[in-house]
Amino acid sequence: MSWCGIARCAEPPRAARSDRFVIMAFAEWRHLMRPGDWLALLLAALFAAALFPLAWRGGAAEKAVVRANGEIVAEVRLTESRNVEVEGPLGVTRIEIAPGRARVAADPGPRQYCVRQGWLTQANSIAICAPNRVSLALVGRNRAYDSLNY
Amino acid sequence: MTRSTTEIVLTPDADDHRIARYSAVAIALSVAEAAIPLPLPGVKPGLGNIVTLVVLVNHGWRDAAWVSLLRVFGASLLLGSFLAPGFFLSLTGALASLAALALASRLPRRWFGPVTLSLAASFAHIGGQLVLARLWLVPHDGVFLLSPVFAAAALVFGLANGLAAARWLADDAKKDDIAEPPAPPAPQS
Repeated sequence: MSWCGIARCAEPPRAARSDRFVIMAFAEWRHLMRPGDWLALLLAALFAAALFPLAWRGGAAEKAVVRANGEIVAEVRLTESRNVEVEGPLGVTRIEIAPGRARVAADPGPRQYCVRQGWLTQANSIAICAPNRVSLALVGRNRAYDSLNY
Repeated sequence: MTRSTTEIVLTPDADDHRIARYSAVAIALSVAEAAIPLPLPGVKPGLGNIVTLVVLVNHGWRDAAWVSLLRVFGASLLLGSFLAPGFFLSLTGALASLAALALASRLPRRWFGPVTLSLAASFAHIGGQLVLARLWLVPHDGVFLLSPVFAAAALVFGLANGLAAARWLADDAKKDDIAEPPAPPAPQS
C-alpha cells in the first residue's frame, strides 16, 4: 500500500481485493463439487432449458383463419406473404398475410379497430371487423377454445 | 398418590435428541425463509432442505425422512398453514424429494456429492408439487405453463442448497478432525 498517497488510496486496492475475493470464493465453492455433481448440474440445466420451448411452444402461430359472416372463407399457413380479400356487407376487407404474422390491412368499417390492432403474431389472437362481419384469427398447434361468442 | 397404570413413559434416546435438534434447525430455517418476499407462489429457496441433506449424508435416509417430515409439520403449525393447500403441496414435495433422495443416495459417494442429492431432491419437489396441483388444485393443463419457471428455480436453489450442505459437511469434518473422532459411518439403507 506504500505506492499510493493518502488522498487516492481508496479505488484501486479495493477493486483488486474484491476481484481476488471473487476468484477465491469461486475456487472454494468449486472444491465442494464432485465430478458427478457437474454432470448432474448439466443434466438439470438441460432439462430446465428444454422445458421452456416444450411448455411455451403453444404461443407460436401456424395458421390464419379468415371468417366472413361466421363462415370460414380462407385458412392460410403463415409461411409466405399473401393477400386475402373478403367481401362483407360494407365492402371489401383486405387481409395481409406474412411469414409468422397477419393483419387486417384495410377495412370499410367506420372505427377501424381491427386495422389499428396491427400485426397479430401470437396463436389465439384475433382481430374482428364487426361492422363488415369479418374476422382474422391466428391458430397454433392447440386451440385455446372451441368457439368465441360476441 | 398412586401412579396411573395407563401412564406411558417415553424415554427419548440419543437418536430422538439428534433428530429433534436437526428438525429444530430445519424448522427455524423454514420460518425465517417465510419472511423473504418472493415474486411467485411456490418459488422459494427451501433452506430447510439443507438440513435434510446434511442428515442424509451423516445419519442415513431414515433420519432424513424424520427431519424432513417434522419440518413440514412443524413449520406449517408455526406459520398457520397446517392442512391448507400450501401444506399439502409442501408435504407432497417433501415425500417426492425423499423418494428421489432414496434413489440418489445409492449413487457412488466418491463421484456424486451433496449437490447431486440436492438437485435430485429439488426437481422431485417441483415435480411432485406440479402433479398434485394438476390433479387437485388447478385441474387444467395450464399449470404446466409455469413448469419452466419452477424448473429454473429448482436448478438455482438446488445448486445453492447443495453447495451450502456440502460446505456444512466439510466444516463439520474439519471440526471433527480437531475435536473428536469422526461420527460412525452412516448406515446405508
